[in-house]
Amino acid sequence: MDVILLQILNGLDKGSAYALIALGLTLIFGTLGVVNFAHGALFMIGAFCSVTVQRILSLSFETIDPTKVDFLGNPATVKTPYVMEWFGESTGASIIDWSVPLAILFSIPIMITVGFIMERGLIKHFYKRPHADQILVTFGLAIVLQEVIKAFYGANPIPTPAPAAFTGSFDFGLLLGFAENTIIYPYWRMVYFAFSLVVIGGVFSFLQFTTFGMVVRAGMADRETVGLLGIDIDKRFTFMFGLAAAVAGVAGVMYAPINSPNYHMGMDFLVLSFVVVVVGGMGSLPGAVLAGFMLGILESFASMNMIKNIIPGIDQIIIYLVAILILLTRPRGLMGRKGVMEE
Amino acid sequence: MSKLITNRRGVLRGGAALGAGLAMPTIFTASSAAAFTNDPTGSTVTLGFNVPQSGPYADEGADELRAYELAVEHLNGGGDGGMMNTFSSKVLDGTGIMGKKVEYVTGDTQTKSDAARASARSMIEKDGAVMITGGSSSGVAIAVQGLCQEAGVIFMAGLTHSNDTTGKDKKANGFRHFFNGYMSAAALAPVLAARYGTDRTAYHLTADYTWGWTQEESIAAATEAMGWNTVEKVRTPLASTDFSSYIAPVLNSGADVLVLNHYGGNMVNSLTNAVQFGLREKVVNGKNFEIVVPLYSRLMARGAGANVKGIFGSTNWHWSLTDEGSQAFVRSFGTKYGFPPSQAAHTVYCQTLLYADAVQRAGSFNPCAVAEALEGYDFDGLGNGPTHYRAGDHQCFKDVLVVKGKENPENEFDLLEIVEITPRAQVEYAVDHPMFAGGELGACNGG
Repeated sequence: MDVILLQILNGLDKGSAYALIALGLTLIFGTLGVVNFAHGALFMIGAFCSVTVQRILSLSFETIDPTKVDFLGNPATVKTPYVMEWFGESTGASIIDWSVPLAILFSIPIMITVGFIMERGLIKHFYKRPHADQILVTFGLAIVLQEVIKAFYGANPIPTPAPAAFTGSFDFGLLLGFAENTIIYPYWRMVYFAFSLVVIGGVFSFLQFTTFGMVVRAGMADRETVGLLGIDIDKRFTFMFGLAAAVAGVAGVMYAPINSPNYHMGMDFLVLSFVVVVVGGMGSLPGAVLAGFMLGILESFASMNMIKNIIPGIDQIIIYLVAILILLTRPRGLMGRKGVMEE
Repeated sequence: MSKLITNRRGVLRGGAALGAGLAMPTIFTASSAAAFTNDPTGSTVTLGFNVPQSGPYADEGADELRAYELAVEHLNGGGDGGMMNTFSSKVLDGTGIMGKKVEYVTGDTQTKSDAARASARSMIEKDGAVMITGGSSSGVAIAVQGLCQEAGVIFMAGLTHSNDTTGKDKKANGFRHFFNGYMSAAALAPVLAARYGTDRTAYHLTADYTWGWTQEESIAAATEAMGWNTVEKVRTPLASTDFSSYIAPVLNSGADVLVLNHYGGNMVNSLTNAVQFGLREKVVNGKNFEIVVPLYSRLMARGAGANVKGIFGSTNWHWSLTDEGSQAFVRSFGTKYGFPPSQAAHTVYCQTLLYADAVQRAGSFNPCAVAEALEGYDFDGLGNGPTHYRAGDHQCFKDVLVVKGKENPENEFDLLEIVEITPRAQVEYAVDHPMFAGGELGACNGG
């Protein structure tokens, strides 16, 4: 029982990331009809927003310390962050420590702008082209974006720690009556899971309870009729692209402490997230979220040694195996709508 | 008087024969034209530096390339001469190799075996490289070593740590200066036993490819010989980014040590995940839970940040060594580039000098003569103390560094501290040791 609970917990944060990326992917597909293979790159850019904020907050001035030497034997330069100089050592250190949560504020306008430029500058020219063309151009864009990031930040992962208050893990086992250390779960992963629920809830509420969201949903269902009512649906869909970019971005920001950001992390998530969208049902927002968590948990179970001993390599193929099974039994995915991707 | 008669069939036959001749890779036909592959006949000699310039190890590849450029500069008489001044052999005089100016071409391995073989082949066939060197992955090094054996050029391996490189996949044309998984384990295990005790239970997470397998086998055997018990060995896909599902069951297994047989991005992520799970704050079996990273690299330690503090591992070389050779190299590299070199940079610099020195001593670029000059060669002054290039498997034997993540680094490069310099005798093994068995060195191929 404890093993099952442990793997469910593990799958939740992985599933959270899948769900957040897949939510944006399917939002773009549902509104603009574009299969955006550059969406993983937006997640990666979000993670690098964390790195950038951390670096901005750590900007330092240098002083020479004659009592120390550097690796060449010259007097060492000591770096002091400006925030420590301005706000005092303790407050300055706390500001740097909280750079990841602060990066959320920084990333939202950045990601909306990136999304807007992507949509207006490139993707809108491919609306009427076949899906294969859209996949090729967005995949190419993803490669360009990751190479740009690599040129600026290098190929090595960059440590971006969570605030010190969230280091360590919580012992769920003790709470549930198990032995100590049976079910432990890192605090930051709990934060990530809660954060993803808030974002997913926010997007659903926005679409469900606002007039803007209602028009977008109407446009997703019947774009032509909404257009005939005199509503500029294209403008709203462009906004939705920006919103999807922001969702991917903040997902990346908060993911940075879980795995140190590197230029390739978007690609690592992209294919899996695309499978999540297909399993959930193309264009279905609840389907994307459901499939995201489901596949995250299944992947976690497949990593267990007792499962791997029975079926070696299952951890590498489980998601694709489940995708095949679901698509064989439910060709439109778990919650796919009739008519989507079927023309 | 004979008369040349041309007809359609004759032309076709002739054309087919000519085409087949042209299509045959030149690397396999060199022996008919010259004594050996890419015999440098002009005033220059070309070396091929095959490193990852893109992909996950691009930063390590960039550092290797810097060291290669520095070595070429020193061989041609530029700069301060670096470790040429401290090298025990004095045949290199700054006039290139055998009086020929050293030039180089570079290839991008992308850390993929097929791409690495293609770039090495291109450097041999098109650029006339007489020696290929490089690599930041054992899979790539083994693949390129095999190609060089077929092509008849010397391969001076860069960063490759799998036992197989000079074990079951060893080749007569391949030489490795870098240490290997067995040596890491032989150096590390006694230190771990001394620090953590002999009554320990280890859980291994291992990257699922040649390096991971041999590293796991080596460290498990060495720690078990010290009295440790191995409770579980879990293989993780090389493409894994989140190791939480592999780490979560560790505490429940009864293990009190986690051994991460991971390198590069795998190491950064698995160590970060393990620290997030609070493993290092746990007490299991009445002992503090410990994490071990058998192969450390400064570049990777930087990626893992503060998570490396206090964690033991091993390394081939470190810039903080105080011997004359290391100091000369750090001064040379640091003055030119502004930061200290990595162990990858050090090993490729050494390999370039060792190749040039062997050519000079052999008096020929012929790969078989160079191989003979390297086999059984004893040298010193290149930063690792007295070193021996064993003839039986082309593996270098030298002291190994046991290091620990530094608790209070003084600057961004000051991430590891040397805990012990394990003497060479402690990490030596027989050529036919079971962990290295299964392959034949074979005969040298001069092309």
